[in-house]
Amino acid sequence: MLFTSYEFIGFLLVLFTSYYLIPKKHQWKLLLAFSYLFYFIAGPVYLLYIAATTATIFFFARKIDNFTLRQKEYDKKFYKTIIKSKKWRLLFLALLINLGILAVSKYTNFAIANANSLLRAVGSESQFGLRNIIVPLGISFYTFQALSYLFDVYRGTISAERNFFRFALFVSFFPQLIQGPISRFGDLKKTLFSGHSFDSKQISSGLQRILWGFFKKLVIADRIAAGVSEIIREPDLYGGAYVFVGMLFFALELYADFTGGIDITIGVAEVLGIKVAENFRRPYFSKSIKEFWKRWHISMGAWFTDYVFYPVTVSKPMLRLSKWSRRNLGQALGKRVPIYLSSFIVWFLTGLWHGASWNFIVWGLANWTVIMVSQELEPLYNRFHKSFPALKGKLSFKFFQILRTFTLMCFIRSFNCYRDVPITFKMWGTMVTERNVRILWDGSLLGLGLSLADFIILGFGVLLIVWVSLKQRKGPVREYLSTKPYWVKFVLWYGLFLMVLIFGAYGVGYDASQFIYNQF
Amino acid sequence: MKNDTRVTYTRLIATILIIVSTLFLLTRLMMPKYDIGVTEGALVAEYYDEIKDHDLIFIGDCEVYDNFSPAVLWQDYGINSYIRGSAQQLAWQSYYLLEDTLYHEKPAVVIFNVLSLMYNEPQREAYNRMSLEGMRWTPAKVRAISSSMMGSEHFLDYVFPLLRYHSRWKELDVTDFTRIFTRDKVSHNGFFINVGVRPAINVPEGRILGNYDFGEKAMAYLDKMTALCRENGIELILVKAPSLYPYWYDEWEEQVKAYAQAHDLKYLNFLALIEETGLDFMTDTYNAGLHLNLSGAEKITHYLGEFLLNNTSLADRRGEASLRAEWEKKLAAYDQEVERKRGEEE
Amino acid sequence: MNELLEILAELHEDVDFSTAEAIFDNKIIDSFDVVTIIAEVHDRFDVAISAEYIIPENFNSAKALWALIEKLIKE
Repeated sequence: MLFTSYEFIGFLLVLFTSYYLIPKKHQWKLLLAFSYLFYFIAGPVYLLYIAATTATIFFFARKIDNFTLRQKEYDKKFYKTIIKSKKWRLLFLALLINLGILAVSKYTNFAIANANSLLRAVGSESQFGLRNIIVPLGISFYTFQALSYLFDVYRGTISAERNFFRFALFVSFFPQLIQGPISRFGDLKKTLFSGHSFDSKQISSGLQRILWGFFKKLVIADRIAAGVSEIIREPDLYGGAYVFVGMLFFALELYADFTGGIDITIGVAEVLGIKVAENFRRPYFSKSIKEFWKRWHISMGAWFTDYVFYPVTVSKPMLRLSKWSRRNLGQALGKRVPIYLSSFIVWFLTGLWHGASWNFIVWGLANWTVIMVSQELEPLYNRFHKSFPALKGKLSFKFFQILRTFTLMCFIRSFNCYRDVPITFKMWGTMVTERNVRILWDGSLLGLGLSLADFIILGFGVLLIVWVSLKQRKGPVREYLSTKPYWVKFVLWYGLFLMVLIFGAYGVGYDASQFIYNQF
Repeated sequence: MKNDTRVTYTRLIATILIIVSTLFLLTRLMMPKYDIGVTEGALVAEYYDEIKDHDLIFIGDCEVYDNFSPAVLWQDYGINSYIRGSAQQLAWQSYYLLEDTLYHEKPAVVIFNVLSLMYNEPQREAYNRMSLEGMRWTPAKVRAISSSMMGSEHFLDYVFPLLRYHSRWKELDVTDFTRIFTRDKVSHNGFFINVGVRPAINVPEGRILGNYDFGEKAMAYLDKMTALCRENGIELILVKAPSLYPYWYDEWEEQVKAYAQAHDLKYLNFLALIEETGLDFMTDTYNAGLHLNLSGAEKITHYLGEFLLNNTSLADRRGEASLRAEWEKKLAAYDQEVERKRGEEE
Repeated sequence: MNELLEILAELHEDVDFSTAEAIFDNKIIDSFDVVTIIAEVHDRFDVAISAEYIIPENFNSAKALWALIEKLIKE
């Protein structure tokens, strides 16, 4: 069930109405039922997977938590060490099971394909056949969300949930099931299980957010998708300046699609009185790649930081490495080696998490490379800024930084577009060799499946998004609009609704396109 | 306080009114203007403008609305008929159009053209829209839609056509705006006048099919049609119009004959009556044998009129003054269009 | 405490860490800084701050961080 399908809208209408009609203490149970229904419609078999993850993590987390409680009772260091190792064993087992499920369903064929290439490389004739394996929708997202709970319980930052069904709702909460955000139990439980009374202000605010998501998704992302896929599908036809155009289009598509989807997620939760953390903070205004990743898909970045980067970097072997490298490579460089090494691991895994292909791994490592290089160049920047102190605060310089970051991200992201990595490099090459800049203004762009009318709509949409983003810096836009007179609000929101209704790329004649992030 | 609630209510009502009226206007704006475009799409809706007192109703695809002329049936035989045809009308759509007709009137005879039995599945979304959109909302329409939708279609698209036609914003032209509320009549009791001539030469033979049996769904709806007519005391007559293409296989002919015999129905295959009707495919078709032109239609309509008066309960009603007055207007319009079209041809 | 302030000062010369609050929440120190601090602390105080202690409450100010270090030394 796509977020932008009639079925989903009907699903929401039934849920919203019944949610506020039943006694408040039962609301969360209704959510659980609807979440499972949502997932059942997506694929009945998927339920087995999510139930397995839910059950195992619930079970192990509770065991771990019981040890933590006992650990507090005994003060002796001796017991602590024993209990710690017992807890660790439980954690390891839970991880093994759940990462195992994730790995088998998502990465088996990737592993087989790589093994086959390896076999070919050593001259072997034998090859493994690819398997037909089910990949449950959103498995990466709900597994990570469940794991964050497991880690938090292990660390003692939260205590384990004692009600299995409440935990099941946390894992399966449908608005965020297929594309995140990856919420933390400690955050979500504050509003997920409590009763919510009908609050028209909150509900209309949530509905507005949903509408805005629909606008981004249907009017912008699904419209420009035609142009993106045309350019990507025919790399031989579209070299040179087209590659650049493709990058821009894809930047817009990905942004509108992903943030639009998250708007719908957060909006739906808001209507239900539930607070889901923001996943984006105007990412395209970032001034460096490092900053970009703190503002784009925030919950995923935070997950990798908290549960991979920190534990790896502060692990005993890493600290030992840190000591050694500082002694042997000098203070400055030695300090950075362990950090770079753990970041490498983080970005490798981030790439792998996004998809079972080398494109994503190379994409992840490209991010890592840029971040590390700019880290190394920082002293240079600092010296530069000392020489030109006036520059730092200047708007034009900020604009330059934003543009630089955006362009870099566009290049890095092209790994995700083209069929494989060599083609991506080849297409970058054509940007230098093929001199066809004139296509930008000679009308060739109208041959990409987008008419002039489409470009006008897209242009308007981009302006609207930029305006909202600029406005957002001073506070929530919906709150700002809610202070306006009734008829002004009506015209604005009804106007937006009509734009979605008329200019949305939905229905017969438009291919129903999945949210880009569903596949991850 | 009291004043406040009044303001709130007035505002609420005004808001609803604005929303409903803008959506209504937008729908009318975005819907295709069939009457000046693909005229076949306007046929089904035109029926409702009629005075419903017909003795004979035709149902079927293009083989009815291009090939039989109700004007001739009236003028020469006093039969008051109407054609509820539409482009590639499928058997179940014919059935539901018949159900729909029965909400309004009960004709003595219904004629169904059997070509559509060859289709057991909906063929194209566009044809579905043209056959179904014009129907008024009744349970029959709901069932007609449900039985006709292609995989990509959605029921809501029929309830709110704006959801289907919103993408037409790119192709809107002046006429879409000027014709929001007006609609021209395109047919004469469901009949299309074509006066052009394109002789049928080199008509292709039918290619060999794997299976010549009519589909289950199509036949089931023919059964329902038969039963519905029987229940209502209507005589159902099957016809096959004399179109050379799509090819009418002998195997199909046998099945229809057997069916007619088994259910005691009259069946006229005009392909086998070329001599009797005097049809000449060099002069009587406007698109090389697919459909007849006016001259061809008049020829087979004469044959049909004769047949109906002699073999069914239908009688000459030209003596009824009010009906005659109604038809005089219609015939004038008919003649006028024939004149105009002949002028265009030359 | 002074030694800790030295470590912090090396990271960001422009921040007065003896008074600064909410340095973690406000992203004055980022993840790279956090792990650098932990490595330095490990080096100088022989205390390993494991990942479970990396939460805002422990890293929001030099004072909080020092309290954490003292607690871990005791154990």
